[in-house]
Amino acid sequence: MHGPSSQWAKDHAASIKRILGLWMVTLYTIVYAGFVVINVVSPSFMAVDVGSFNVAIAYGFLLILFAIFLAAIYNHVCTHAEEVMRELRPEDEPEVMEEGHA
Amino acid sequence: MNYTVSPWAITIFCAFVLAVLAISYHFARVTKSAAGFFAAGGNIHWSVNGVAFAGDYLSAASFLGICGMIAFSGFDGFLYSIGYLAGWVVAMFVVAEPVKRLGKYTFTDALNAKFNSKGIQLAAAISTLMVSIFYLIPQMVGAGSLVTPLLGLPHELGVIMVGTLVIIIVATAGMASTTYVQFLKGGMLLIFSLILVFLVLSRGVTTSPDQGGDVPFRQFATVRVGLWDGQQLALADSGYKVVRVFPEKAGALVFAKLERGGEESFWKLNEKEMLLEETQNITVKPDGSKLYNGQPKDKGRFYQVGHMSRITKNGQEAQKTGTTDFFSFIRAVKEGTVVRWLKHPAVRDGDDKVTIYYQAPIAGREVLKPGVKFKVDSARGATTANKLDFISLMIALFLGTAALPHVLIRYYTVPDPASARKSTIVAIAAIGLFYILTLYMGLGAMVNGVLDLTNDNMSAPLLAKSFGVTVFAIISALAFATVLGTVSGLIIAASGAVAHDLMDKFFKVKMDEHRKVRWGKLAAVGVGIIAMVLGILFKGMNVSYLVGWAFAVAASANLPTIAMILFWEKTTARGVLASILVGLGSALGMILLSQETFNEVYKIPHIKSLIPFNNPAIISVPLSFLTLVVVSLLTQRQEAARAARINVQEGSK
Repeated sequence: MHGPSSQWAKDHAASIKRILGLWMVTLYTIVYAGFVVINVVSPSFMAVDVGSFNVAIAYGFLLILFAIFLAAIYNHVCTHAEEVMRELRPEDEPEVMEEGHA
Repeated sequence: MNYTVSPWAITIFCAFVLAVLAISYHFARVTKSAAGFFAAGGNIHWSVNGVAFAGDYLSAASFLGICGMIAFSGFDGFLYSIGYLAGWVVAMFVVAEPVKRLGKYTFTDALNAKFNSKGIQLAAAISTLMVSIFYLIPQMVGAGSLVTPLLGLPHELGVIMVGTLVIIIVATAGMASTTYVQFLKGGMLLIFSLILVFLVLSRGVTTSPDQGGDVPFRQFATVRVGLWDGQQLALADSGYKVVRVFPEKAGALVFAKLERGGEESFWKLNEKEMLLEETQNITVKPDGSKLYNGQPKDKGRFYQVGHMSRITKNGQEAQKTGTTDFFSFIRAVKEGTVVRWLKHPAVRDGDDKVTIYYQAPIAGREVLKPGVKFKVDSARGATTANKLDFISLMIALFLGTAALPHVLIRYYTVPDPASARKSTIVAIAAIGLFYILTLYMGLGAMVNGVLDLTNDNMSAPLLAKSFGVTVFAIISALAFATVLGTVSGLIIAASGAVAHDLMDKFFKVKMDEHRKVRWGKLAAVGVGIIAMVLGILFKGMNVSYLVGWAFAVAASANLPTIAMILFWEKTTARGVLASILVGLGSALGMILLSQETFNEVYKIPHIKSLIPFNNPAIISVPLSFLTLVVVSLLTQRQEAARAARINVQEGSK
């Protein structure tokens, strides 16, 4: 068994981050699955004009930009949650992780 | 096509390589410990790590493969961009922080943190090795593709050059040098891709692209047909003589071999307009020598192609659009007609084998919607199996990213879990921007007369070449650095699996820090050599397609275990072990038995594969999840006993 691998402040925001992450990945999966399904069910719909683009390109760009948007929101909420939890419980000892024991 | 080597291109290329080696040399002096070698000491700033993530991820597959696929097949290539980026959402929201929190150097650490099981150590290390090697193949193929036009060297030498350089980079300084090489490369790739897209939009679209005046537009000839009755072909005019018509099969494409002034050429029959259209061809002689449009390669008779035959501007037909922007460029392609070139399988002409490339005009609207490469449109004959194959690919891209070993190990280079999260955001933004640019680079190559029909991977660098040799040299050197960086990351991941997971943890070989680093370096050399051999064997395959396979293996073998350990408390060690083995085995098995592998790797296209898909993820990923759940439920009692045993052992220490 090796010694401690890393040492960080105990993460009291972990459960909030986990739930938020799950919701966000679920939301994105739905939007992504919608794109994949339209591709196979109605490829002709993908050719419908959306301004200079068509549905295929507009949806594709939207998926990329949506990922960036969700990531930014997630980070903002997580950082805020970490700060709040740190202020609420400043007395905690740093968490020590040992390999083989989560 | 025949490539001419430019001294300026070689100079810029060599400057890049020297810079990379200098970075490695610098970090080699400060990297002595195992933490330094495998995880850059864990003290890289998150913003640097984020761009390095982009550097790692924007591999040859992204830059060369996707641009090439868009250039030849339109929107279908862009589907890879979307899938690759979407995968980062899983990485961000599901694995980033927990993987950082649970692990030390490798993905196996994180996976095994809860169980401390020898079986998981072995299986996860093997899985890491397999995924790394699968991902290494396209990188090496990309390296070979690049070196040919840039330095005038054969594919094999390119592969060996990359392999040797990477072994030097990794074996000297490990993750620290790789991180800074990736940071520089990732940043520069974004900047120069933006410049290239700006140049493409500024040039606009024309019906007779001449590469900025450097290469005259080649107008392929047509000959009027006087008679065609399904057997006999007679020409209405011209001095051409019909030598042979083939194949003489009803319903198939009809090609004719004509002769004029002692020169032979191949033409495709357009029955509707009663025309013969000039093609390009590569003839393989019985002795193995090749002729390009009837001449040796160095005569330069095999032309670059790709243009629009019809453009509209403000509703009127036009010769060119003039300067465009992000919107009007797409509109010009959408409302015009694109001339694609298709490849016809080799036909026999006496003892010669002739591969024919012919023009196939297609409405821009069709190019910008799915269905040109992937069979997803029932109207074009797509079957349910074809559609499931496509869905399978998109599943692999979505779930594979978060399970790639070289992505996962980058989480150990930052100081804490919050930095892991922040670096992922930088990565998503940088990678997302780049993938939007791939659409413009790919379509730009498609309509600018720069395509090399024998090598779709070269589309982006050749597009750059049409703007001058300096842009070409920089883009090519960056693409080469792309390969170097990604291969370095993969080799470190693989060497970590060997030295840390197998030697240290599994076989319990007594190693001090120095010995562990030495084993890591030895493993890097071994994996590097394997990568070189495979890069030569897989020459000619589209690199993005090959990467799709690596994603499928990662998504099947690694992701179900990571996700379930994090989100399902009943997960047991045996469940994890079974899931890795079943995911790895089923994904690999289906790939090795797929029709695509029969056609492209084993070269036995006449044998029909029993596996209906080329992409295994749609079966192998659910199978891996299911295995984990079933085995975990069946082994709850053993797991409880095992946990109790470990608690007793811990208590007695």
